[in-house]
Amino acid sequence: MRIVIEITKYLMLIMMGAYTYHAFKASAKKNDNALKKTFRQMTIFLFLFHFTGYFTMYIQLQSEKLLLLYGGQVVLFILVLGFYKIIYPTISGLLIRNMLMLLSIGYIVLTRLSFDKAVRQFIISGVALGLGLLVPIFVQRFSSIRKYGWIYGIVGLAFLVLVLLVGTENYGATSWLTVFGLFTIQPTEFVKLLFVFCIACLYSEKTDFKRVCAVTAMAAGTVLAVVFQRDLGGALIFFVTYIFMLYSATGKHLYLLSGLAGGSVASWVAYKLFDHVKVRVMAWRNPFVYIDKEGYQISQSLFAIGTGGWFGMGLYQGLPTTIPVVDSDFIFSAISEEFGGLFALCLILLCLNCFLHIINVSLKTRDSFFRLLSLGFGVMFGFQVFLSIGGVIKFIPSTGVTLPFISSGGSSIVAVIMMFMVIEGIINGDNSLNIRKADANIADDIHEE
Amino acid sequence: MISMKNKGEKNKHIGLKDKSALNQEPSVSKDTGRKTILSIVYIFVGLFVLMMGYFTFFLLAKSDDVINSTYNLRHDVLAKRIIRGNIMSSDGEILAETITDEDGNEIRSYPYGDMYAHVVGRVMRGRAGIEEMENITLLTSYSNSAEAMYNDLVGVKNPGNNVISTLDHKLSKVAYDALGENRGAVVAIDPRTGKILAMISKPSYDPNNIDQNWESISEDSDNESPLLNRASQGLYPPGSTFKLVTALAYMRANPDYLDYNYKCKGTTDYEGMTISCSNNKVHGNLDLKEAFSKSCNTSFSTIGKELAIDDFRQLSESLFFNKPLPARISNNPSSFLLKTGESGVKESMQTAIGQGRTLISPLHNAMLAATVANGGIMMKPYVIDRIESAGGRLLKGYIPEEVARLMTAEEADYLKSLMRSVVTDGTASRLNKLDVKVAGKTGTAEQEGKKPHSWFIGYAPANNPRIAISIIVENKGSGSEYALPIAEKMFNAYFN
Ligand SMILES: [Zn+2]
Repeated sequence: MRIVIEITKYLMLIMMGAYTYHAFKASAKKNDNALKKTFRQMTIFLFLFHFTGYFTMYIQLQSEKLLLLYGGQVVLFILVLGFYKIIYPTISGLLIRNMLMLLSIGYIVLTRLSFDKAVRQFIISGVALGLGLLVPIFVQRFSSIRKYGWIYGIVGLAFLVLVLLVGTENYGATSWLTVFGLFTIQPTEFVKLLFVFCIACLYSEKTDFKRVCAVTAMAAGTVLAVVFQRDLGGALIFFVTYIFMLYSATGKHLYLLSGLAGGSVASWVAYKLFDHVKVRVMAWRNPFVYIDKEGYQISQSLFAIGTGGWFGMGLYQGLPTTIPVVDSDFIFSAISEEFGGLFALCLILLCLNCFLHIINVSLKTRDSFFRLLSLGFGVMFGFQVFLSIGGVIKFIPSTGVTLPFISSGGSSIVAVIMMFMVIEGIINGDNSLNIRKADANIADDIHEE
Repeated sequence: MISMKNKGEKNKHIGLKDKSALNQEPSVSKDTGRKTILSIVYIFVGLFVLMMGYFTFFLLAKSDDVINSTYNLRHDVLAKRIIRGNIMSSDGEILAETITDEDGNEIRSYPYGDMYAHVVGRVMRGRAGIEEMENITLLTSYSNSAEAMYNDLVGVKNPGNNVISTLDHKLSKVAYDALGENRGAVVAIDPRTGKILAMISKPSYDPNNIDQNWESISEDSDNESPLLNRASQGLYPPGSTFKLVTALAYMRANPDYLDYNYKCKGTTDYEGMTISCSNNKVHGNLDLKEAFSKSCNTSFSTIGKELAIDDFRQLSESLFFNKPLPARISNNPSSFLLKTGESGVKESMQTAIGQGRTLISPLHNAMLAATVANGGIMMKPYVIDRIESAGGRLLKGYIPEEVARLMTAEEADYLKSLMRSVVTDGTASRLNKLDVKVAGKTGTAEQEGKKPHSWFIGYAPANNPRIAISIIVENKGSGSEYALPIAEKMFNAYFN
């Protein structure tokens, strides 16, 4: 038994490493055939990894339910790879595979942490992927979607205000909405998408001073509404996304610098004003002094990462459940504990690969709306990954942000799948955008600079 | 990062066609757009690289200390995979080991029973001592070898790392035997490095069968506190050993201290309180050195009367009274309670001769003697010399750390001459016959209604100190009677 767990542990690390390596290789590939070959290898590693993960769990639990869940996920992966390829032949195969790889890591870790949550995650993400099939068509067929900038912004803001009025509290943040008493959603996750759409619409029209003022006011309102929900990480994501979109739309360094300066001042004010901010900073600076209370979570997270070491403890061999909310905000610690630090580094690289790929779309497309849209989504995705991982490894104060595709959480998984599908829609729909080029050329640009 | 590898291939495949395609996009805004996007890419790649660097740094450099925390529940998980390592003395004796019996049961064994119970500690009924401090080390196997990985694979437990302590078994044994059935503690430190050579506390308990005897040990019906490490956690009135601090306070307040002169009449009175020299002896005319070597109470209490309380307190606190000792070993802070506005002259006089409300731990007293011996620089005391793999490979060595210079070289030199005179012409003349030149100070801490505690602090050789010791024997009698013979045996053992 023990020997199998040990072997599969190293196997999973090797497959993850190989997958990540190929993902970067695919980013740089120009040649059609070579790219196809790389994609094929990525698909193989994806399925092997997924199989090894569930195999390791099955030999320890021997539960038929596991097999059922595994089977369902395999079918889902096959359908996604098949359908998307048939319907959208010029879609980015790299982004789809990265998404599935991240999802499979999430499925395995969640199954290990809580079977019920894993099932829920699987169903919700499956439905989202099915619906997501329609998103690229929308993006490419209906050019009118870019005309409703203000509406997106106002609807988003309205949602946030609604949550403030009738929302329910969870983990200290009031950002959940109960729908018909049936289930709860976290509207912030969807407002994120509307927000990026809104900014992209408005700034692709014009970027004169008047427009900048108006849009900034609306963005500030949105950020404030999230702050009032006591969702600091969310507010930071909105804020940073806006600042970078503004910078990119106008090209003015002044906006970027004053935005970042304003953000720093606002953070300082928030630190002075709100106790829950102070507590987070305190716990970050010295978690072990406050280990019994404020620093408990981050201390447990560091214990998990440290004890796991470079190679990890192996599935079911660690104690990730001693970390509060391990299945959402702190899932990275659980991964690092049982899969190991090297695996965790690969995971960071894989997220970076997704970020670069999305930004590359922004760099290549000639449509200014699409350029801003993909830039906004890229920044949003990258910054969320940074906040989530940075927070649990004590690089930055923890802000309670989920890790895209991996953390449990219905709203967040649906939103991020939709986000990726919009990107796929841009790639597939923009005829000027040669896919191979989109996959390839960011490296050139970095090089040329 | 991504580009390097395929640069060649890229040029081949794309060539001129794509380059010209790019040139056909004339818009200036597109170019600024590209630039801003690229700078955003740089910012994010930078953030990610920093984050990955921090993560790597954490795993490489910081995680060992972090995961050693007693709050880390994963210790028990590791214990299932690794045979706990040994704790050794500096002279190669096994102080703690894990023995696996025929049935595969692991037993933690302490070959010297209750001798090292406090400093080496235990793993049952709560962890303590080195067993606690280095828990993760003992439960970690040096894993870079192929053998360790193979063992992991086939499910054989790997041997944990060994902790080599600074404890000198020969010296510890002598101290343990010399303390006999008495209650008390002995601490020996190498003043040059801070290495703890011996740390004995009595009464003790046998960690080998603590589980069976836990009830009686923890109930402590005789009020003997066997679980307490008296050496670092026991607090006692320092008695005349405190005259070392008083002498330093006097020297700081009176630069002409060499001209000190006092005529001892055997007693001194202050508002109805009488302080007398031991056995009511009349010492006559004394300079500071004579007053110290004879341990003249009337001289020193008179000094105490004249010292500014604030200065006295400040000096004491600079010597680590009223704060935790700079040591990893768990300790209770010594206390110095004289305070302007709260304490009267009487208390000052008592404090100056080590009575009053002052309390000190034997470890702290050893550190003070070691600081004088080391020319005024206090070294951080430590009990773990190095970590070795089961195969004997050095994994981590602890190096001596300076705490601070607490007194000038001149001050330390003069204090050394005072302590030396205690042996040549004073209360510790019993040690004068040893081959090695010893310096020290005896102390007798009076106890209301009980026999006094017997103290000795000192070091040797006087001109080039290699060992500093602190000994207390509880409720037995005077320092020269009970603590000195123990010191004698220890110096004899250490220098032969
Ligand atoms: Zn006298």
